[in-house]
Amino acid sequence: MFDFTLPSLGADMDEGKLIEWKVKPGDAVSKGQVVAIVDTSKAAVDVEIWQDGVVHELLIEPGERIPVGTVLATLLEPGEEAPPQGAARGGRQAGARAPAAPGAGAAETARLRISPAARKRAEALGVDLARLNGSGPGGAVTLADVEVAVQPGAPKAPEAAPAAHPAADRNAEMRRAIAAAMSRSKREIPHYYLSETIPMARAQNWLTQANEGRPITERLLMAVVQLKAVAAALAQYPEMNGFFRDGRFEPVQAAHIGVAISLRQGGLIAPALHDVGSKPLDQLMRELADLVKRTRAGSLRSSEMSDPTITVTNLGEQGVETVMGVIYPPQVALVGFGRIMERPWVEDGALVALPTVVASLAADHRVSDGHRGALFLAELRERLLRPEEL
Amino acid sequence: MTEKFPELRANVIAILRSIAPEVEADELRDDRPLRQQVDLDSMDWLNFLIGISEQLKVSIPEADYGRLVTLANLLDYLRAKLG
Amino acid sequence: MRISYREAMRQALHDALASDPRVFLMGEDVGRYGGTYAVSKGFYDEFGPERIRDTPLSELGFVGAGIGAALGGMRPIVEVMTVNFSLLALDQIVNSAALLRHMSGGQVSVPLVIRMATGAGRQLAAQHSHSLENWYAHIPGIRVLAPATIADARGMLAPALADPDPVVMFEHAQLYNMEGKLPDNWQCDIERAAIRRPGSQLSLITYGGSLPKALDAAAELARDGIDVEVVDLRVLRPLDTETIAESVSRTHRAVIVDEGWRSGSLAAEVMARIVENCFYDLDAPPVRVCSEEVPIPYAKHMEGAALPQPAKIVAAVREVLNV
Repeated sequence: MFDFTLPSLGADMDEGKLIEWKVKPGDAVSKGQVVAIVDTSKAAVDVEIWQDGVVHELLIEPGERIPVGTVLATLLEPGEEAPPQGAARGGRQAGARAPAAPGAGAAETARLRISPAARKRAEALGVDLARLNGSGPGGAVTLADVEVAVQPGAPKAPEAAPAAHPAADRNAEMRRAIAAAMSRSKREIPHYYLSETIPMARAQNWLTQANEGRPITERLLMAVVQLKAVAAALAQYPEMNGFFRDGRFEPVQAAHIGVAISLRQGGLIAPALHDVGSKPLDQLMRELADLVKRTRAGSLRSSEMSDPTITVTNLGEQGVETVMGVIYPPQVALVGFGRIMERPWVEDGALVALPTVVASLAADHRVSDGHRGALFLAELRERLLRPEEL
Repeated sequence: MTEKFPELRANVIAILRSIAPEVEADELRDDRPLRQQVDLDSMDWLNFLIGISEQLKVSIPEADYGRLVTLANLLDYLRAKLG
Repeated sequence: MRISYREAMRQALHDALASDPRVFLMGEDVGRYGGTYAVSKGFYDEFGPERIRDTPLSELGFVGAGIGAALGGMRPIVEVMTVNFSLLALDQIVNSAALLRHMSGGQVSVPLVIRMATGAGRQLAAQHSHSLENWYAHIPGIRVLAPATIADARGMLAPALADPDPVVMFEHAQLYNMEGKLPDNWQCDIERAAIRRPGSQLSLITYGGSLPKALDAAAELARDGIDVEVVDLRVLRPLDTETIAESVSRTHRAVIVDEGWRSGSLAAEVMARIVENCFYDLDAPPVRVCSEEVPIPYAKHMEGAALPQPAKIVAAVREVLNV
């Protein structure tokens, strides 16, 4: 038997609210399958399971707000027999539950949190506690929750799964989440910044030609070319790709690039475009379009939230020349692209007007030095000068 | 001159609103660059043009993107294609 | 009339010395020097060396002498410079003063008052800064007081002297300079806890040097519309469980502030009584704000960080209320 705990879906997440279970006890699940939807401060996220198994018991009810690390469900390993009834780890009814055995921590977190005062009051008023949303510490149902529930006009026992945050709350929470992550970044990460102006004529010409014969639905965007070039450069400079955790750098082989996507109502999310280095541009374009669409619709997968190994931001779309980014912890680098614009350029002793872009690198000095960062940007430039190889 | 496609502007704006729901039809100036009035990144722009080409059954080569700056440019371009 | 806590304590001692010839004051530097915290300034000249006695640096010796004097019919007030040094006199206090009534089958009692400074916040470093009130509050046979207001500094000594059994009185070193109005009716009991600020949403329970911090925190919370009750324990042994339980049953939430270390603290005892008495009225788990479990540091910023502070109290209250 193994526990399925609420994963941290980004450095800025410390709790979430379970919106919906996608599985029920007895269901077989396979690694990567979406088993639950959890509302975070940023979005409703499809949470994936990371191991094959059979759902044994769901321990958290939709509507509960739970800290990261809470056991959401227990699962049986493939082929494992279900334990006998008495050994169940997390019954919900207080009275029916056997005393927790030492080490049965799962049962403790699974118990519905209701303050003693709320329980007493609910009994007197005949309120069904399981249907209340707790507003107390750790999502506990408090006296006030019970009293609100019996007020005339109070929404009676919501039948459907509770809705996601209202937009205003979501915005405020996202602001707080971004504030926490960015403050942590600036507090903990010694950033260094480099930038490089890259001629883009070849890339643009190549893209124009590549798109010429394509129907509009299959056309590529320069953003995809840039992402692929970043992934290619990362392959040679792995110290820009990975996480800094517990005082040391953990490199990651694949480039899961967090693509900074601004939301129309404000705020931003940078979900992962997985394994950019190994995928052809056509596939990346389809995946990017899908990712942007789902980000804006607020339906991301947990791996997309937690996997990014580096972030790429393209503020050039909004017209700025250069971006100096803030690294999203625990990542160790951020690449920014400015606007592609014609600038005077000297080539072979002659002054010409060329489309160029300023690519920037913000990197973590604990992990890499400016020299390597400069080589990385030079490599990125070379890759963008040879778009046909991407 | 009577408008040959009286619904065209409304249709285009409806497609735009599917991408940028905050757009108000009355507040859009036809003679100003569209991407200065509406916050559209290249992905939004592409999706906008895909929406137009699919709903109005016109093909828009990438080479023509440069001419489609204002809403008026776009409407003229589409009228020519549809006409 | 606005006076300092020091002055209130001085007046109380003066009253006691002037009104009862059996009362005398004894301790390190209480005489010629006027007291480490200047509480007995001028007494040496006024009452003479017989009644204001400077002692050698031997807590074991002079606390024992005080016990002997009490057994002999006097009403001694023994001042120990800080609770840290009182550990040298633990045997006298715990094994003799607290037990003699019991050991003698009720034949003798020890009407002794032991005053001692306690607590940190004055950069006196670890060996002069600890809060060990809970050590004494553990012992049957003694009464433990923690005057935290001007009125209690003025009023607690007289009933303590009237008590036929030993009384240990803790004066937090940070309080001596505190000024406030001395009410006309400063006479008080040494039985009950006191509600220093009524409130409805949560009970902040504290004593001694943490009381002003708790009141500051309550005032700050009030500006955000959070209505917090502040309970001053005053008497650390025997604890006034009734007042604590009444308050928490009404507010349904408790935060206990104690400058002692969390493990085995008075705060732990208060929390236990809350759970024993108010379990079904609790709307959230009780929370403690205690000193960090380190020797109190000397450096000012670290000393401040190690102690309960209004900001920590505010944060704890917000955690319990989830606001």
